[in-house]
Amino acid sequence: MTAGSDGLSPFKAMKLRRHPALEFWYDAKARAILLQSAFVVAFVALAIFAFIDVRANMEARGIATDLSFLGKVAGFDINQSLIPYSAASTYGRAFVVGLLNTLLVAAVSLALATVLGFIVGFARLSKNWIVGQTAMAYVEAIRNVPLLLQLLFWYNAVLKPLPSPKQSLPLPFGMFLNNRGLFAPAPVFEAGAVWLVAALCVSLLAAVAMRLTPKRIKFATPSRAFFSGVAAALLLVLPLAAFVGAGTPVAFVQPELKGFNFVGGVRLLPEFVALVLGLSLYTAAFIAEIVRAGVEAVPRGQREAAAAIGLDRADADRLVIAPQAMRLIVPLLTSQYLNLIKNSSLAVFIGYPDLVQVFAGTVLNQTGAAVQVIFITMAVYLAISLVASLAMNLYGRRFALVER
Amino acid sequence: MAGSTRGGPGANALYVLQGNIPPRAPPLRRRRLIDLLAGNLFDGWRASLLTIATLLLIALVAPPLLRFLVFDAVWSAPDGAACRAPGAGACWAFIWRKLPYFTYGSYPLDQRWRVDVTLAMGAVLIVWLLWLNAPRRNLAALLFFGAYPIIAFLLLHGAPFIGLPRVASDLWGGIFVSLLVATVGMVVSLPFGVLLALGRRSSLPALSLACAGFIELVRGVPIITVLFMANTMLPLFVPENLAPDRLLRPLIGVALFASAYMAEVVRGGLQAIPNGQFEGALALGLGRWQMQRLVILPQALRAVIPGVVNNFIALFKDTTLVAVVGIFDFLRTVDSARLDPVWAGPTIAATGYAFAAMFYFVFCFAMSRYSLFVERRFSHGR
Repeated sequence: MTAGSDGLSPFKAMKLRRHPALEFWYDAKARAILLQSAFVVAFVALAIFAFIDVRANMEARGIATDLSFLGKVAGFDINQSLIPYSAASTYGRAFVVGLLNTLLVAAVSLALATVLGFIVGFARLSKNWIVGQTAMAYVEAIRNVPLLLQLLFWYNAVLKPLPSPKQSLPLPFGMFLNNRGLFAPAPVFEAGAVWLVAALCVSLLAAVAMRLTPKRIKFATPSRAFFSGVAAALLLVLPLAAFVGAGTPVAFVQPELKGFNFVGGVRLLPEFVALVLGLSLYTAAFIAEIVRAGVEAVPRGQREAAAAIGLDRADADRLVIAPQAMRLIVPLLTSQYLNLIKNSSLAVFIGYPDLVQVFAGTVLNQTGAAVQVIFITMAVYLAISLVASLAMNLYGRRFALVER
Repeated sequence: MAGSTRGGPGANALYVLQGNIPPRAPPLRRRRLIDLLAGNLFDGWRASLLTIATLLLIALVAPPLLRFLVFDAVWSAPDGAACRAPGAGACWAFIWRKLPYFTYGSYPLDQRWRVDVTLAMGAVLIVWLLWLNAPRRNLAALLFFGAYPIIAFLLLHGAPFIGLPRVASDLWGGIFVSLLVATVGMVVSLPFGVLLALGRRSSLPALSLACAGFIELVRGVPIITVLFMANTMLPLFVPENLAPDRLLRPLIGVALFASAYMAEVVRGGLQAIPNGQFEGALALGLGRWQMQRLVILPQALRAVIPGVVNNFIALFKDTTLVAVVGIFDFLRTVDSARLDPVWAGPTIAATGYAFAAMFYFVFCFAMSRYSLFVERRFSHGR
């Protein structure tokens, strides 16, 4: 009955079961090509079908199927814009306004989250019991509560119930906080500011030059003190000297209460403040954990070896621990940065005019061009993600292991 | 010193100890408060400064928080009048009164037992699955991934042929919708994530390219845009009268999203499997699928349990975002209840958010502790 009982080898038995017309199926290469061709044909057919179907459905519902809507007048206002914008501007311009607002809030939050995250991460590593426990409490409390809840809390429970401009809360540096937002002094540049700008450019160049200086020159024992002295002079003293020498060319316009609101100075929308607070506090908790894990992953022998060759604690941290920890930290930091950029889309819940709120919200609702708007929005986020991860990979290359 | 052997000249050298060292005191089993203070918190001026700064920070934050949440809180009141009194803290009476709404949304009062039954069944199955020593856990898995979704659907949605009236999904809301979205995401994302990960590692370029493209596309965009897409574009794919249910659309979006993230976690586990395992499986004569099922996946999935649980935590937090397409999840019910004019007051928003924060914290913290426990448990066998 079975192949075995006929005294045939099992391989021969398998061969016997093959049908001659299906011989190609047993050729791995032919089968791979066949399967993939079938897959591609099915995929393309489905895509074409979906495209035709969606197009017909959109036309039946009277929705535009091209990008011409971008040139039409938007007819709505946006309460924060980095470029001139009015209700008479086009949808295309509204898109740019939303994109710039997204980039603005993401950039500010990224900077704050990184600083706070590293501080909390180091606090978590501290030998001091109470510092470590406090940092851990912060991380656990923040990480386990949804970001949206935190945003709503800052916006609805903290910033909105603030007093009106007449009873504003005064903050340091001449800032005021009220239910209309955060009001800060605005810098005004006078004629002499050219010198300040020039000095800043020089120190920027000096900073780049320092970065490019080989470590063996920078840390050679005799030149080290000299190097630090020159660096400090270029980076700090020069701009300061230019500032004083040119007769303090930057004045600050204080926000002043006129009638029912503040006039002058810079106004940050409460939506913006809430979003920056929520995003940076939330992401900082994740960055802190990454920093802690990165530093703890450096083997203890590295610190002992550093001590053995006579480096003090600070030098060991800077020259031995940090580069190795950064190698682990940078890729994880990249994904947190990308998360922050993507999370900035939660702006739509508190009404901050970011890309999603303006474009995938208002513009989509007004034009009904769902497919185009959503594809453009997704493409923009994909592009931002790609650029950000490219930049972080370039930065991470500095810490890559160099094999000899 | 060369050649200093036992009993040699070294024995009388100055650096060789002549007597026995007195025994040292055993290490302290429990650190006493004084050791903690002197040896840690106030060990030098820098440590002292840090300690004092941290204590100041705690003193700044903790007392007002405690006063608001506990000491000045209003524990019972018929309406918002007592909570509106100046100096009143958290209005727990509001939470207590609104708890049914937070749990069931607008689900009809006389049908709420159906939600209770569904939740209780889910809880039993999940405890059964997570309790590592429980008997017949594969039966639990079969029930949870196979039978439970069908029973839950019939119970919640209604089945007129067994006497359960339909309950339209726009009445659903509250905690049970949050749990529903999270459960659907978890139940769908595991199998699909595994398939996507295997597809991405496939030797067929067309397949691996398609899987990689899907995964990277979904992971590169915010979840809100995926939800928007599911909400506005799914109806365009089908004739107008067949448009998917308004709760089903975000569920599909969440499932897509969770699968893509799960695929990357599983892929990490697959990459950690040494080549010898594949070669060994081939040498045993296992076929492609037998190899994956019996050799590769059990090891890969066990290795990624912490990653999977982290994904589930993130997914559970992300369920709050379905509110953007008009689903009344738990957070949305809290956010809408605070506008009720009977209760509205200066402390209501903070109270509602504090309650929601505690709810999410308990769930997410428990999940992360469970993942640590499983990780430790599995590492014992190594």
